[in-house]
Amino acid sequence: MALTIEEVRAIARLARLQLTAEEEERFASQLSDVLDYAARLREVDTSEIPPTASVLPMSAPLRPDEVRPCLPREQLLASAPDSEGGLFRVPRVLELEP
Amino acid sequence: MAELTDLSLLEAAGALRAGAISSTELTRACLDRIEAIDGDVSAFLTVTEDLAMAQAEAADQQLRTRSDTPRPFVLGIPIAIKDVLCVEGVPTTCGSKILEGFRPPYTATSVTRLVEAGAVILGMANTDEFAMGSSTENSGYGVSHNPWNLARVPGGSSGGSAAAVAARMCFAALGTDTGGSVRQPAAFCGVSGLKTSYGRVSRYGLIAYGSSLDTVGGMARNVADLAPIFSLMAGHDPLDSTSVADAVPEIHLNGADLSKLRIGVPKEYFIEGLQPEVETAVRAAIEAFREMGAAVREISLPHTDLALPVYYIIAPAEASANLARYDGVRYGPRLGPGLYPEDYFVTRGELFGAEVKRRIMLGTYALSAGYYDAYYGQAQKVRTLIKGDFEAAFQEVDLIACPVTPTTAFGIGAHGDDPLSMYLEDVFTLPANLAGIPGLSFPVGFDSEGLPIGMQFMAPHLGEAQLFSAAHAYQAATSWHTGWPEL
Repeated sequence: MALTIEEVRAIARLARLQLTAEEEERFASQLSDVLDYAARLREVDTSEIPPTASVLPMSAPLRPDEVRPCLPREQLLASAPDSEGGLFRVPRVLELEP
Repeated sequence: MAELTDLSLLEAAGALRAGAISSTELTRACLDRIEAIDGDVSAFLTVTEDLAMAQAEAADQQLRTRSDTPRPFVLGIPIAIKDVLCVEGVPTTCGSKILEGFRPPYTATSVTRLVEAGAVILGMANTDEFAMGSSTENSGYGVSHNPWNLARVPGGSSGGSAAAVAARMCFAALGTDTGGSVRQPAAFCGVSGLKTSYGRVSRYGLIAYGSSLDTVGGMARNVADLAPIFSLMAGHDPLDSTSVADAVPEIHLNGADLSKLRIGVPKEYFIEGLQPEVETAVRAAIEAFREMGAAVREISLPHTDLALPVYYIIAPAEASANLARYDGVRYGPRLGPGLYPEDYFVTRGELFGAEVKRRIMLGTYALSAGYYDAYYGQAQKVRTLIKGDFEAAFQEVDLIACPVTPTTAFGIGAHGDDPLSMYLEDVFTLPANLAGIPGLSFPVGFDSEGLPIGMQFMAPHLGEAQLFSAAHAYQAATSWHTGWPEL
């Protein structure tokens, strides 16, 4: 199956990736190649086969709910591109009504 | 004495314990060698000279102090860390521009356990961006070179780690293996490389790629040198809920009774496209095991040809979720006009490399509404069949022997801009990750151009001890692992 440029743009939008026009073209053909290759999976009869999400038995281990030390705030903010007053600073995400 | 960097890890450990050399001398020798040859190899992204010398001095202090308890073999031994494992305060980039400048606030458990035992960290080794690749050509910071032939790739994604070990810049290196990223570069560079069982080594502090597949492993100049690295790293970690509670077995290198060993040779791994010299060397090594008393028989892993398409749906799907965290807010640079959500698009579009973007897109597509069942759901079901192949095989045999790679190290640029042809390089290594089982790659010969050839053993889940004793028996009887590249 061939992905169209429109489909590539829709995927890139979902993935929050800005692509150049040249990348859109190239990815359309390269991703189509991989999906074509993966199409052979559909020929396998798996109607009786359960999925494997993890090779380990999935469990949610519990531990006592005890207060423990955590990393200092300054250290966690140190690699951020922008911070202020002990917080990560980001562009405005909501427009406030006057 | 020969050059200090020519020693194996265990030889160096012996010399340290005997007081014949100091860790400071050993570490200085490694740093000097990095300085002399890494301009050609480009194995390291960061060399942590000050940290290394401080750790070496601390190790020397311990070595001078009398002790009644046995000293860890890694005490005072210089090692390299793949640049996907966090080391507190040391730039950790995953080979990506999107993590440029990131200095982790904590250290990965696998690294911590080695450092607490006295290992010396020389620096961070190059990798394909976010461990996605088979050549290190996808690194955002330049390609590493194979020490056996600088025009060839060292393999990947742990190519910097393998090249650093092969070029004798360090005594061991940590790598990670999601689809072959320890075993394939180990084979290309002629070193021994261990992919651990899923859950055996804590992944706390490993920057995630494919969470149901990622494992931490190691590389060294021979199998015996890998044993102390494995023994220290393995074991339950309360900070990683996917690490298993099972006891870590003692590794007995010597005295393996090969007459009780049953080796299976899967016919699906000897296929068209396998370089004849690789097949010849691997078959000769299997024959050597037969001569040492092992029972060898052909087996079938019938769903082998489906491992590649399963992997290239599941790994990108998991990657697309894991890499959603790179949004230019908490770490790394932020690009764009200073607006939401434009900054996300620009930061990720500009700073992720082509292969990472491809896999994020592939994964996003495979998980998207309307396609989930056809791709991701179906891949998970076929994964069950692949895992089942191994479970059935291990009813009959103890170990599975096969090539690591279809060819020896290919040339830099050989796969051009053809991702699918690069993916095919992983055809023999992916199945172990899908099944969660351990694998060990070790050298069994050279091709006509002098490039190393590797063979892989796979064992049942948590069966690392058997891998070690069998591969060590081979190395005790052969010398393929003792040669090294002229550099």
